[in-house]
Amino acid sequence: MRYLPHTDEEIDSMLRVVGAKSLDDLFSAVPPSCRRTRDMNLPEPLSEWDLNRLMEGLSRTVAAPPEYKIYTGAGSYEHYIPQVVHYLLSRSEFVTSYTPYQPEMSQGTLQAIYEYQTLSARLLGMEVSNASMYDGASALAEALLMAIRITRKRRVAVSCLIHPHFRKVVQTYLAPTEYEIVELPYLPDGRTDLSSLQNLGDLAAVAVQSPNFFGVIEDLKETADRAHDQGALFITTFTEPLAYGILKSPGTLGADIASGEGQSLGIAQSFGGPGLGIFATRMSHVRSMPGRLVGKTVDVEGRQGFVLTLATREQHIRREKATSNICTNNSLCAVAATMYMACLGASGIRELAQLNHDKAEYLKKRLTNGGCTTFFESPTFNEFVVELPPGIEKTYERLLENKIVAGLSLETYYPELKNHYLLCVTETKSKEDMDRLVKELLS
Amino acid sequence: MKDVLATTGLILNEPLLWEKGKPGRRGFSLPVRDVEVSPLEDRLASRGPDFPDLSEVDVVRHFTRLSTWNFGVDTGIYPLGSCTMKYNPKINDKQASLPGFAGAHPLLPGELSQGLLRLMFELERFLAEITGMDAVTLQPAAGAQGELTGMLLIHAYHKSRGSKRSRILVPDTAHGTNPASAALCGYRPIPVSSNEHGILSVESVSNAMDEDTAGIMITNPNTLGLFEENLKAIVDLVHAKGGLVYGDGANMNAVLGMMDVGCTGLDVLHLNLHKTFSTPHGGGGPGAGPVCVKKHLEPFLPVPRIVEQKGKYRFSGNFPQTIGKLHAFYGNVGVMIRAYSYIRTMGTANLKKASQLAVLNANYIKERLKATFHLPYDRPCMHECVFTDRNQAGFKVTTLDIAKRLMDYGFHPPTIYFPLVVNGAIMIEPTETESRDDLDRLIDALQAIADEARTDPALLHRAPTKCKRRRLDEVTAARKHIPAG
Repeated sequence: MRYLPHTDEEIDSMLRVVGAKSLDDLFSAVPPSCRRTRDMNLPEPLSEWDLNRLMEGLSRTVAAPPEYKIYTGAGSYEHYIPQVVHYLLSRSEFVTSYTPYQPEMSQGTLQAIYEYQTLSARLLGMEVSNASMYDGASALAEALLMAIRITRKRRVAVSCLIHPHFRKVVQTYLAPTEYEIVELPYLPDGRTDLSSLQNLGDLAAVAVQSPNFFGVIEDLKETADRAHDQGALFITTFTEPLAYGILKSPGTLGADIASGEGQSLGIAQSFGGPGLGIFATRMSHVRSMPGRLVGKTVDVEGRQGFVLTLATREQHIRREKATSNICTNNSLCAVAATMYMACLGASGIRELAQLNHDKAEYLKKRLTNGGCTTFFESPTFNEFVVELPPGIEKTYERLLENKIVAGLSLETYYPELKNHYLLCVTETKSKEDMDRLVKELLS
Repeated sequence: MKDVLATTGLILNEPLLWEKGKPGRRGFSLPVRDVEVSPLEDRLASRGPDFPDLSEVDVVRHFTRLSTWNFGVDTGIYPLGSCTMKYNPKINDKQASLPGFAGAHPLLPGELSQGLLRLMFELERFLAEITGMDAVTLQPAAGAQGELTGMLLIHAYHKSRGSKRSRILVPDTAHGTNPASAALCGYRPIPVSSNEHGILSVESVSNAMDEDTAGIMITNPNTLGLFEENLKAIVDLVHAKGGLVYGDGANMNAVLGMMDVGCTGLDVLHLNLHKTFSTPHGGGGPGAGPVCVKKHLEPFLPVPRIVEQKGKYRFSGNFPQTIGKLHAFYGNVGVMIRAYSYIRTMGTANLKKASQLAVLNANYIKERLKATFHLPYDRPCMHECVFTDRNQAGFKVTTLDIAKRLMDYGFHPPTIYFPLVVNGAIMIEPTETESRDDLDRLIDALQAIADEARTDPALLHRAPTKCKRRRLDEVTAARKHIPAG
């Protein structure tokens, strides 16, 4: 086996040093009650060549771009990832190292994460970002728990236009501790209905997503004011951070915590994971923040360097009193996002975001001109909801056969929205692609 | 000893990203604009974030230089105890980047994602077979999230039986994440001391266990690298009081093919794919923390679950007792693909051999170094061994000094000051992928450092001298926190 370097001779000589007769002999501490009585029954080992054949075969059964034109976003976005990101991210010094416990030997990861914290905070207009979390959903759950810790209140209000899966994760995280989650309904214009807020009381946080699950840009300023009026923290989440290339950022609109999914920023979709939980807040809340954090310092010669810091918040020091049980970040994904943001630059992210918006507007216009109703009048970024003609299920199936995935049916998540589809257009779709989609949908 | 591995090569300085670049440079190739501009309303629009504009060459040099300041498993031995820093096979990374896998949208109709569903379904079956447990969820995104999942399952189990328990037993050798995960579920962690042999005694568990206790979290082999020899009796005892037993499988790399977790009676166990199953640690993630359970906990597993019918696979959310979801989608699929490839490459015999060699390597280091460094528990270890700095204390040399000096010899230091039950712990986990030659080099270096501690301790106090940076001021970093530039 090529991963196991020991020769039989070496094994024998090492056993002699240890004073054991055989490899099995090393396990004398494992009592009979814990021992395997039969071998594991796993498939025969594959050669590298056979493994490639197997995996390529499996991979070919999955629909993927560019062969398929996929107009589904809903929390996972197809964006072009520059070759530079793939290439730099494969450097084994980034890939095969671990959490930078020994900073003198990990300055590469530490500086890259410091840069990630800086760029993601700038993107969101926030003061401080942590070193990242697992994904947008758990980051939102952690944000709500953080607000509960800070305000010592027991109730949180969560918009029903936050990604349904994010809300499920929030419920799971909060279930055993019996904090109360109140769901805010949506208005006919596709934004969150805040009218019930003032009657709630004991409110730790108000959370909305923008652009929300319908693709609609929420009025964050208004929501922030209403949340603060109730003495609650205002949390914004997001699934499409590219939007903040052209939209006003959560920080400038009054968000206390901005936490969401960063997959859009140079990370492969990979069937939903790994992604990137982005988590940012105000400096005044930094000691209540969960997750790893890198800070700038100097070495004994006074030279600039970076270390993991504020570890007294964390589980390995605080144990059950920690701000979270999270022990790692999604470091490599955060580094990918940093590389991606570095490639884009200020001008690139504006242009790319504008292009996403404009392409989605083009498709929206073509569909409405063709007689479809866009359900909401409110402005959107690169996703929108459209009501398609009755009998759309059949058309959808036909399109699948033609290798087009015509968005996501919303009925599963919002039963009242029959025939409503959530469509996403990124820079990966050409005008020609969209024209073909419109023709097929409306024919 | 032979030549020291570490040298001071040509390591370049590199400023922060935003200290480079010029407005107007670009490192991104935008697709041709084929639709007209449709401006946003002014009230919504901003000028966008303050990012530096860099060329492609700027970006490539920046991150290439940064990478050279890091040390990884590919650079050399990385004996970080409890982290299982084994070699990460390159072919597995290639599989995860196949177009059908890397480009898969998570909400594709089931008939368009059969290959991935099959892979995940089979991986669940492999992990069940390896552990001897009945059912598996792959959803938790990391070990700590696996722990949380385990706690949620235990909580849901008790709730379904109309019982509300408030305590959970956590041994003093546990990872810090254990009490933190339990606390997230509203449980009060009750510490249980290990005995003079470094393992749990039946008596200490018996004294702490009562009918208000939801269960116990046991890391086995424990963080001292010792097998919990009283496991079966402890499990029976906890079960007798209506509690459940959670196994922290972070150290599973010690016992593949040797231990049957299922038959010891454990109710729930998490695994770390990034430890035992060789997926890269990525500088601290992404990992994956699947959770394996016995039949009686299966109804509570997170959704969606993958079901198979006549060779067709689909997701199903139809499990009314489920605890819900831990991840927006299905977990870290990219990590699962690598672990699946690893298991398919290794097979039954090689996985068992891997554990045997991991244990051989740890015992070899223990035997070779125990005359040099104080060994608090002198008994056969599993995959890791724990020394202390007691023999060096007289020279005013600490574990930290030894760790930093090891960098000057070209090795990543072991885990230090953990587990907490040992003062000045030096926790070495070599893993199976290090050859005897590499172990001998590490041993030689540690022995040379012990000599230096006696003859010239200043060398240790000054260390490291060959890294990109000397010792960093962590106190100031925490006091005057600068988290962004």
